[in-house]
Amino acid sequence: MKIHEYQAKEVLRKYNVPVPNGVVIDKKAAASKAAKGIGTPVTVVKAQIHAGGRGKGGGVKLAKSPKEAEKHAGDILGMTLVTPQTGPEGRFVKKVLIEEGMDIAKELYLGIVIDRETSLPLIMASEAGGMEIEEVAEATPEKIIKEAVDPVIGVKPYLARKIAFKLNISKEAMKVMVPLIINLYECFKKEDCSMLEINPLVVTKDHRVLCLDAKFDIDDNALYRHKDTLAYRDLDEEDPMEVDATSFHLNYIKLEGNIGCMVNGAGLAMATMDIIKLSGGQPANFLDVGGGANEEMIENGFRILLSDPNVKAIFINIFGGILRCDILARGVVSAAKKLKVKVPIVVRMEGTNMEEGHEILKNSKMNFIVGDGMKDAAKKVVKSIQ
Amino acid sequence: MSILVDEKTRLIVQGITGREGMFHAEQCQLYGTNLVGGVTPGKGGQKVLGKVPVFDTVKDAVVSTKANATMIFVPPPFAADAILEATDAGIELIICITEGIPVYDMVEVYKYVQNSNSRLVGPNCPGVISPGKCKIGIMPARIHKKGSVGIISRSGTLTYEAVGQLTALGIGQSTCVGIGGDPIIGTRYIDTLQLFQKDRGTKAICMIGEIGGTAEDEAAYYIKKHVTKPVIGFIAGQTAPPGRRMGHAGAIISGGQGTAEGKMKIMKKCGIKVVKSPADLGKTIAKAL
Repeated sequence: MKIHEYQAKEVLRKYNVPVPNGVVIDKKAAASKAAKGIGTPVTVVKAQIHAGGRGKGGGVKLAKSPKEAEKHAGDILGMTLVTPQTGPEGRFVKKVLIEEGMDIAKELYLGIVIDRETSLPLIMASEAGGMEIEEVAEATPEKIIKEAVDPVIGVKPYLARKIAFKLNISKEAMKVMVPLIINLYECFKKEDCSMLEINPLVVTKDHRVLCLDAKFDIDDNALYRHKDTLAYRDLDEEDPMEVDATSFHLNYIKLEGNIGCMVNGAGLAMATMDIIKLSGGQPANFLDVGGGANEEMIENGFRILLSDPNVKAIFINIFGGILRCDILARGVVSAAKKLKVKVPIVVRMEGTNMEEGHEILKNSKMNFIVGDGMKDAAKKVVKSIQ
Repeated sequence: MSILVDEKTRLIVQGITGREGMFHAEQCQLYGTNLVGGVTPGKGGQKVLGKVPVFDTVKDAVVSTKANATMIFVPPPFAADAILEATDAGIELIICITEGIPVYDMVEVYKYVQNSNSRLVGPNCPGVISPGKCKIGIMPARIHKKGSVGIISRSGTLTYEAVGQLTALGIGQSTCVGIGGDPIIGTRYIDTLQLFQKDRGTKAICMIGEIGGTAEDEAAYYIKKHVTKPVIGFIAGQTAPPGRRMGHAGAIISGGQGTAEGKMKIMKKCGIKVVKSPADLGKTIAKAL
């Protein structure tokens, strides 16, 4: 789960990780008072959306007076911000963060991820802050400092020093940097982040060290133990169809094509998308109904598939293990009847109770197209819309 | 021959009194797996599935039954603890089926298991089956057939797909290992490849991967150096968009890394027969035998 910058900074404050003074507002009228309260000659007005690259889309602006802050807030609030990461449809801005301006001496990068190669938390830091870390890694990998963390001992001062000394910062800044790295790791661990990125982490001309931006990705599997973080979820930042699917424990991701897919298991669901493409079609979605799907879940899966107006045909690919084919077939028939499905439906079923499943489809007197194996089914579904 | 599980496997099930745990424990027992006990804290002393004793702790179960393998069906918030308990009790093979364990819990578990004599398979996996000998997991038994193809996969149903194709062609499997779809798993491709290479009953290996991470790349380089048996590979997610988690917690292309295209290229370079279509797995393996 992603959270907004202003929320991330609220969390960081709890761990004594220094962030700039700031006030989040949702009305233009509150901007001038907020800027006055912050009190610095310059303030920064920042759009609060989950996607990055906000500055490039006009979502981050400097204000030299409270009046100007109010003007910028008015411009940004309610705008549909398009950045390289939002896609052409952009994101509606509901809130802006007004923050103190500062004289920046140096921009750094500091991030923590779970490294899959070593199965350990990995701290990454770089003097090349303010740029995408992937670009730095590509062009100048030697500029990235990497330190794995032993989960048993965590981040001790020596490890933080090892990183901080390589960042070429002043003595005064070093004093702040070491506890900052230790506290940031505490935050990463206690908040169950799968990624925590401070970019840029700035050193000011008066030797302060502050997180100018903060990006959190919180492990969805750990949300059950973070009820407070769950309150930060902003459903407006997510695809409404995906939110709908999640509420029925379905895993749905919208894609660009016109063949809707319903599959059990993530690997088979991806393979189904692949074989549609290989057969000359385009998948409209990824939909994994999981191992324990029941009739209600299948009906909801259907409803979600069909709410995408691009869908011209449906491909159901089930390898029955725990999920029995007869249960699936009953769900498909009842959903197709209830929702009055008009597009062609190709069904490929194999595994547990396959014969009963096919019998149910046949007896329904509906026009299902039965596929014999993945390849045959994929060909048939592509043909059905040509 | 086979790897990891066979006639000598003595299985306990952690979480045996739960609905899922009980159902699959029975399925494994019906297949012929030697199910010697179960563990549910607070329910020690009960008997389930006829005469299978339930214990309060894994240690009790090991002392009484000499179990050498465990299958974990404990809900995600408690599953990491269950793996640690099994490791502490010295069980040789721990197979964790549970999906949805927080990744940080697995960071701690991985480190602990690495420094022990136990082997962890999973989490978030369908389990391991040596057809005709022993099944530990949730895979449909019926589709398997005893034979000489070893299968390794991060996915459940996609493994069934490959097995189904092979069995339909009359080709059996030595052992099928579901290593799991999470970012942190106990047994990786390389560990399994090493076992299959040594196993005299395995003549060809089928490796099924998916987008995300670099495990398949590492496996491909390992194969080039150490595996002399034919390897057939497939990567799911050739059409997956970057930055999206495709069902499995580990199935995500991030920062341009972990694409199907990239993995397939490296695998091909390392001498693996890579199929583009999942429907071609069976016949390609048949040709390689």
